[in-house]
Amino acid sequence: MDENMKTSRRAFLRGSAAVAAGSVAGAASASGPDPLITELQDWASYTGAGVDETPYGMPIEFESHVVRRNVEWLTASPISSINFTPIHALDGTITPQGCAFERHHSGAIELRKEDYRLMINGLVDRPLVFTYEDLERFPRENHVYFCECAANTGMEWAGAQLNGAQFTHGMIHNMEYTGIPLRTLLQEAGADISSDKWVYVEGADASSNGRSIPMEKALDDCLVAFKANGEALRMEHGYPVRLVVPGWEGNMWVKWLRRIEIVDRAVESREETSKYTDVYEDGVARKWTWVMDAKSVITSPSPQMPIKHGKGPLVISGLAWSGHGQITRVDVSKDGGITWETARLGKQGDTKALTRFYLDMDWDGAPMLLQSRAMDDTGYVQPTKDQLREKRGENAVYHNNCIQTWYVNEQGIAENVEVS
Amino acid sequence: ERDGTFGLGREAHAEEIAAWDVDVLPDGRGLPVGSGNAFDGEEVFAEQCASCHGDFAEGVDNWPVLAGGFDTLADEDPVKTVGSYWPHLSTAYDYIYRSMPFGAAGTLTPDETYAIVAYILYSNDLIDDDFELSNENLGDFEMHNKDGFVIDDRPELEYAEWRAEPCMSNCKEEVEISMRSVFLVETPPEGGSESV
Repeated sequence: MDENMKTSRRAFLRGSAAVAAGSVAGAASASGPDPLITELQDWASYTGAGVDETPYGMPIEFESHVVRRNVEWLTASPISSINFTPIHALDGTITPQGCAFERHHSGAIELRKEDYRLMINGLVDRPLVFTYEDLERFPRENHVYFCECAANTGMEWAGAQLNGAQFTHGMIHNMEYTGIPLRTLLQEAGADISSDKWVYVEGADASSNGRSIPMEKALDDCLVAFKANGEALRMEHGYPVRLVVPGWEGNMWVKWLRRIEIVDRAVESREETSKYTDVYEDGVARKWTWVMDAKSVITSPSPQMPIKHGKGPLVISGLAWSGHGQITRVDVSKDGGITWETARLGKQGDTKALTRFYLDMDWDGAPMLLQSRAMDDTGYVQPTKDQLREKRGENAVYHNNCIQTWYVNEQGIAENVEVS
Repeated sequence: ERDGTFGLGREAHAEEIAAWDVDVLPDGRGLPVGSGNAFDGEEVFAEQCASCHGDFAEGVDNWPVLAGGFDTLADEDPVKTVGSYWPHLSTAYDYIYRSMPFGAAGTLTPDETYAIVAYILYSNDLIDDDFELSNENLGDFEMHNKDGFVIDDRPELEYAEWRAEPCMSNCKEEVEISMRSVFLVETPPEGGSESV
């Protein structure tokens, strides 16, 4: 097919889609026959795209709203900044890498596998240097984990601020990682793995993002990962190698990992003193608040996902997760927390991974105050924002795992609110 | 295979370790030999840092404030600076030497870094301008907020209380909306498709 024909056919397709739009909403109740059915449609007659058209595909153009977004005024520079996963528009649990959020401190760097080096030094028998090829020769494992920025929901401490689940809860992604247990590399170097030792990890980028990890965690479930969701890591997610620190704040998931050092105390780097420390109401700060506690959010309906279909069957859908282990239960309230019913899990929750929940309801068109409340296998119940503020005040910045409320009005429009 | 390992990788050279292992521990271990004072630091700071952090480390626009904010940590709007908040001076040296200036990291010499750190201390009224900061004394320098941090105490303060069967019905008398979202974030119309 020549270029002109392609263009004109696409223009025609768009035109017919627009015409069809008017009939979509009323199709179910229309008395007359639906032309989308009774008239021969273009796509049922002509041919579609050939297999040679798209060696690596992008989502269809009609899904162009399912993208990362940023909020310019949150940070001084887009180079040390954050963007947000469109969780409102996703379903299931696996985050497509192409719209999975980014958080950089000196931008997303381009590091070829050929230029990649990983060093292990410090309290080891053999300080070692690995190439990328070396890493692919170690026994590997696959695990699904969430990576949640410590600052996710952080703008909401003092009140309802940003209007959309993408913005209030979208500093998170959930991927299937392929990687080497960190303990394997520590053993390879003959590291001192006694329990009072620390593992300092840093990236190859200018910010380095150095963090100290206690030995117990390093030996437990940390992964040196080079694949996510089946393919190489994306540049912005640490290509070619990142650290995966299951259940712990995203800052510790060091990207472009270049060095692992065994030390006899925490380094107390900038990212664990100035940042990623939580100031409570008394002015005293908590350091080493590594674990992300149980949390959930209703992704639809939500401010970016209003109810458009009117009364009747409505799917309430959302995500729950816990850094302590498995999600065992999610309760949903439609009246701002007066009454709760237990939702259905899409499938049994994986440990330290996003879990999908659903509550299928019959909406009578009355306003709702929607909330979700996660429970994990330690028995921990997700707290309200007031419960959190009572313990911590409003300046903790990080680790806001409060129950979120969406006000849904008679028109199905949803809004981020706080309730008494 | 050597002693139960895979025999992968190769021994790191001393020069390689020296090039990459520049972290500094709170007690000063890891500091390179060198020194600098605030008098020297003022010049370096003006050239390398002031365009974002201000002539007096007070911050420009949205860029980080490095000085002041003492005893504001329990206020409604705490000002967390190197002077008011950071527990260890080692972190300032380490971070500046490794990651600053923003956009040209790794270009400062040890002496320049000592001088910049001294200037930041001076801007925080923590030293006189002739105080000579060096690898000998940096690790002993006591920061204002050195005792301001406790290790994560959520297990005692929160988990014990919040691991309990939650209320399911009649949990409150009534519910009122107490706050609505302040910022309407601009988002493209939902549905890239013209049919939505």
